[in-house]
Amino acid sequence: MKNNILQIKNLSKSYYTKNGEIKAIENISLEINEGDFIAVVGSSGCGKSTLLSIIAALEEKSAGEIIFNKKDFVIGYMLQDDALFDWLTIKDNALLGLEIKHLKNSKNIEYVDQLLKTYDLDNFKLKYPKELSGGMKQRVSLIRTLAIQPDILLLDEPFSALDYQTRLAVSEDVYKIIKKENKTVIMVTHDLAEAISLADKVVVLSKRPSKIKTIYNMKFPNNLTPILKRQTKEFNMYYEQIWKDLDVVV
Amino acid sequence: MSNEAKAFLKKEKRFNLLVHITQIFMIVLILALWEILSRYGIISKFIFSSPSLILETIKSLFLEGTLFNHIFTTLFETIIAFVLGILLGLIIAVILYSFKFIARVFEPFLTLINSLPKVALGPILIIWIGANTKSIIAMALLINLIVSIISIYTGFLNTDYNKIKLLKSFGADKIQILKKLIIPSSYQTIISSLKLNISMTLIGVIMGEFLVSKAGLGYLIMYGTQVFNLNLVMSGIFLLLIFSYILYKIINLIEKRLIKN
Ligand SMILES: Nc1ncnc2c1ncn2[C@@H]1O[C@H](COP(=O)(O)OP(=O)(O)OP(=O)(O)O)[C@@H](O)[C@H]1O
Ligand SMILES: [Mg+2]
Repeated sequence: MKNNILQIKNLSKSYYTKNGEIKAIENISLEINEGDFIAVVGSSGCGKSTLLSIIAALEEKSAGEIIFNKKDFVIGYMLQDDALFDWLTIKDNALLGLEIKHLKNSKNIEYVDQLLKTYDLDNFKLKYPKELSGGMKQRVSLIRTLAIQPDILLLDEPFSALDYQTRLAVSEDVYKIIKKENKTVIMVTHDLAEAISLADKVVVLSKRPSKIKTIYNMKFPNNLTPILKRQTKEFNMYYEQIWKDLDVVV
Repeated sequence: MSNEAKAFLKKEKRFNLLVHITQIFMIVLILALWEILSRYGIISKFIFSSPSLILETIKSLFLEGTLFNHIFTTLFETIIAFVLGILLGLIIAVILYSFKFIARVFEPFLTLINSLPKVALGPILIIWIGANTKSIIAMALLINLIVSIISIYTGFLNTDYNKIKLLKSFGADKIQILKKLIIPSSYQTIISSLKLNISMTLIGVIMGEFLVSKAGLGYLIMYGTQVFNLNLVMSGIFLLLIFSYILYKIINLIEKRLIKN
């Protein structure tokens, strides 16, 4: 039995604007276990980013509960845009989270150094973001998130800024890094193939106000990487099912 | 390097040289024409002065020992007003950015004051502050401060929202966001506001010297006009031209140096 680390109970969220109330999320409940890789899919504007923002406490919830299994639960939020700071070196960018949290000690710096080395950024430590390719920047952004040793990673469309080829390669990279570092992940995407090939569990949200429509548990032959998974018959089967479920009007 | 590249560079170099030669030729021509016309009495020396008379006037100012007094007076006022303008501009922009309420309250007034020709306030300044250097600096501040505030504040507002969200996700507080993100990301804006600021400061300082002063380049021009000594007026303008050009170049240099890092 896996260790439950995060529980979302009956979560709802409404935004209030001049033009009235927008009900973004309605009554979402979800359990996240240690080591899970959960993908959340849903149509554009249904409330996926809102869900992550609430978990990360960047946005207040309207109702419901979010329960962490410990008091100093650390959340790593990786945004769609790499959001690297142009005026900082790659290493300083990677250390940004630690610096904000006043955790920039030699042990943590060493950890970041080691991450940069493991993920082929050692030679770029003293360079600036504009000298890196899109895929490399995304890796730096992930390392910046990993540096604070989060208990859970929240990824909001982490690859959407990349072109298709790079996107496949980078998602493969990120997947390996996450598995190697043994992290728990909630990833939001509207790319079905990405969700199916990366996640163990795909949560399908309905249109706004979003509720959970279905949860799929992915079962693939053992130890396939995302790109290999895309070539299996299971992949096609899941794709078809979830596609129907999403109820996309073309 | 390929032959085409060499040919291109050569062409570019020749073009630049031609531009420079033409510029120098133009200046020499105008100065010579001016000199000859006034020397032969075709235009009045008394009203138009002449290059040689200007040089002579500057020389005699130097021999009297007042030349550098005038230059340093203006330089002193300019530096004080410039530094104050930038510092206050930065501080006020930070306050406006940090407190949405204050920003909303003051925005229309900023626009209002910005649209007012500040010279109109000169006479009031003299009455309130007195006919002294403080009035001159206040005049310059009036002109450069509003522009600095508005350009720096706008720079702050243009900060990428995603980056703010990122810092917040690390639990950053307001001061950390300002220090780590808002101010560094507005670096370019702040530096380019220096350039705008220096020209505004000079306008303010000379304006102030016109209104009240006992020394300075603006005073030289004003005094010359009052005693109808056009040699002095022209000399003042000439010195001011060189003075502001050097200041502008220095700011440019600082800008280049700062932006490179
Ligand atoms: N700060 C806000 N104020 C008001 N409405 C908001 C705010 N943030 C989001 N919304 C609205 O809430 C709904 C859900 O937004 P959200 O960004 O969570 O959607 P999403 O599923 O992430 O969309 P996308 O696929 O486009 O990224 C949208 O209709 C959006 O307009
Ligand atoms: Mg979104």
